[in-house]
Amino acid sequence: MIDNEEKKGFSAWIDKRLPVFTFINHNLRDYPTPKNLNYFWNFGSLAGITLVIMIITGILLAMQYTANTDLAFDSVERIMRDVNNGWLLRYIHMNGASMFFIIVYIHIFRGLYYGSYKYPREILWMLGVVILLLMMATAFMGYVLPWGQMSFWGATVITNLFSAFPVIGDYIVTFLWGGFSVDNPTLTRFFVLHYLLPFAIVGVVALHLVALHQFGSNNPTGIDVKSDGDTIPFHPYYTVKDYFGLGVYLIIFAALVFFAPNFLGHPDNYIPANPLQTPAHIVPEWYFLPFYAILRAVPDKLMGVLLMFAAVAVLFILPWLDKHKVRSAQFRPYYKQFYWLFLINCVILGWVGAMPAEGIYVTISRAASIYYFSFFLVIMPILSRFEKVGELPSSISSAVLSEKFDKDSESYAK
Amino acid sequence: MKKTTIETKNEVSQIDEEKRDFLFVTTAGLAVAGGAATAISLINTMNPAKDVLALSTTEVDLSPVEEGQSLTVMWRGKPIFIRHRSKEEIESAANVSVDQLAHKETDESRVDNPKWLVVVGVCTHLGCVPLGQKVGDSKGEFGGWFCPCHGSHYDTSGRIRKGPAPLNLEIPPYKFVSDDIIKIG
Repeated sequence: MIDNEEKKGFSAWIDKRLPVFTFINHNLRDYPTPKNLNYFWNFGSLAGITLVIMIITGILLAMQYTANTDLAFDSVERIMRDVNNGWLLRYIHMNGASMFFIIVYIHIFRGLYYGSYKYPREILWMLGVVILLLMMATAFMGYVLPWGQMSFWGATVITNLFSAFPVIGDYIVTFLWGGFSVDNPTLTRFFVLHYLLPFAIVGVVALHLVALHQFGSNNPTGIDVKSDGDTIPFHPYYTVKDYFGLGVYLIIFAALVFFAPNFLGHPDNYIPANPLQTPAHIVPEWYFLPFYAILRAVPDKLMGVLLMFAAVAVLFILPWLDKHKVRSAQFRPYYKQFYWLFLINCVILGWVGAMPAEGIYVTISRAASIYYFSFFLVIMPILSRFEKVGELPSSISSAVLSEKFDKDSESYAK
Repeated sequence: MKKTTIETKNEVSQIDEEKRDFLFVTTAGLAVAGGAATAISLINTMNPAKDVLALSTTEVDLSPVEEGQSLTVMWRGKPIFIRHRSKEEIESAANVSVDQLAHKETDESRVDNPKWLVVVGVCTHLGCVPLGQKVGDSKGEFGGWFCPCHGSHYDTSGRIRKGPAPLNLEIPPYKFVSDDIIKIG
């Protein structure tokens, strides 16, 4: 039997040479965390866990999948029918992509509401946008792999976006395809990149965490941590809170996988790719719909493409568009209203993105696109200058206490 | 109120610890059970799939193979050596005293019909395919097969006679469906 001291001695021996235990202690145990975090702060760890789920199921799927235009579709069907639990593996991975985007979008809107992108967390935010871009690229290429109709035509449409650029456009597209249409070379490289990029995401996530732990988490009040009284150790308080959230999340995830695995997919992708026939109604996966709506809202090809890219790119400069000193929307009466309008607007964009590009939908998508960009480029800078806010609580503790004892929760905001 | 909690701290923590132990054990137990069930399901995807298992039998027509000739067929991705043995080969295999063999098996126990020897053509050392099926091949010192990788010699019954291999060439499960047709697997 190893007694306690020997055990201690061994980990201490390791820790002196490779400080893994100190690292875990600092970042997952003692790590001082604002004591007022609500459940919206669960979504970072949920995103991390989803990334791990996607990588594990992805590696196992790659062991069964064949990246060849003649074999890809059948190899996916073989996974569904012949591979032990192959259906489970694929449905987890397929729906995991959707869950990943739900989680990350909530995570982003959380940051947007509580001003998590503001000083001193600008790089933390920008690294997050890089992760989002990598996720989008990875998800898009993953959707191409089953080589169904939607795979093929999605790949054709998205790669053709680059043809909008004058002069070099066609060369870029031919380069992306590795040929003169979406074909075997395209499929092979998409598979390789789809396998590679998640590991790039892991790398950026590591940087994201380093940047996070530099100043610690933001919190619902947006007020900086001022004393030890404002924080509690990460373990056991937030490990338990994250763990509980994970349980709820996995129940929803499992419900989707087991009871509605194709709910978010498109039936046309169970038809093998046919380069001679485009499906009548072609839509991207739901998580791209708002951006797709912006693309279609613009009558000019190049401008549409540029605006669609700009819709994501604008997030990069967000910390410099919203320079208001107060972080949390809780204390910003006007920003709060525009924020909720923006959230609704994004849902509307997603909805019109799924509708045919004609009639009233075009008008709606134009209005929604205009609001999308106005929110960032007009409303935010104006509010930064003119929005007046009342007195803020002096600390996280006092905010928490006044919330608890003052039944009138508005009082501290005034 | 606060004071009472501090005063009765010992008592309170006593109750709490039991409750906490219970919660901790049930939580951790369920997490381990759920994690293990998930892991097993996922790892099981790497086991042979149904289409792979479906390829596990094959039928072979022996009628074109003349005495002294050999035939190699595929079964489960491996070569199966079938040799139509001559009288001399059968005798030389049968006349070996079992005691002097590394892996003690009689020739009788290794064949169904002595004219036909059916073995898995994979050296029991490290998995190479031994020579001896083709006309020009070296058949080793005992007239059977010779593995070029590390020099194992097999006799006309596919038994290991010399070299590093520990076991005789494996006999696949097979049976004669008719006089001329065998079903392997």
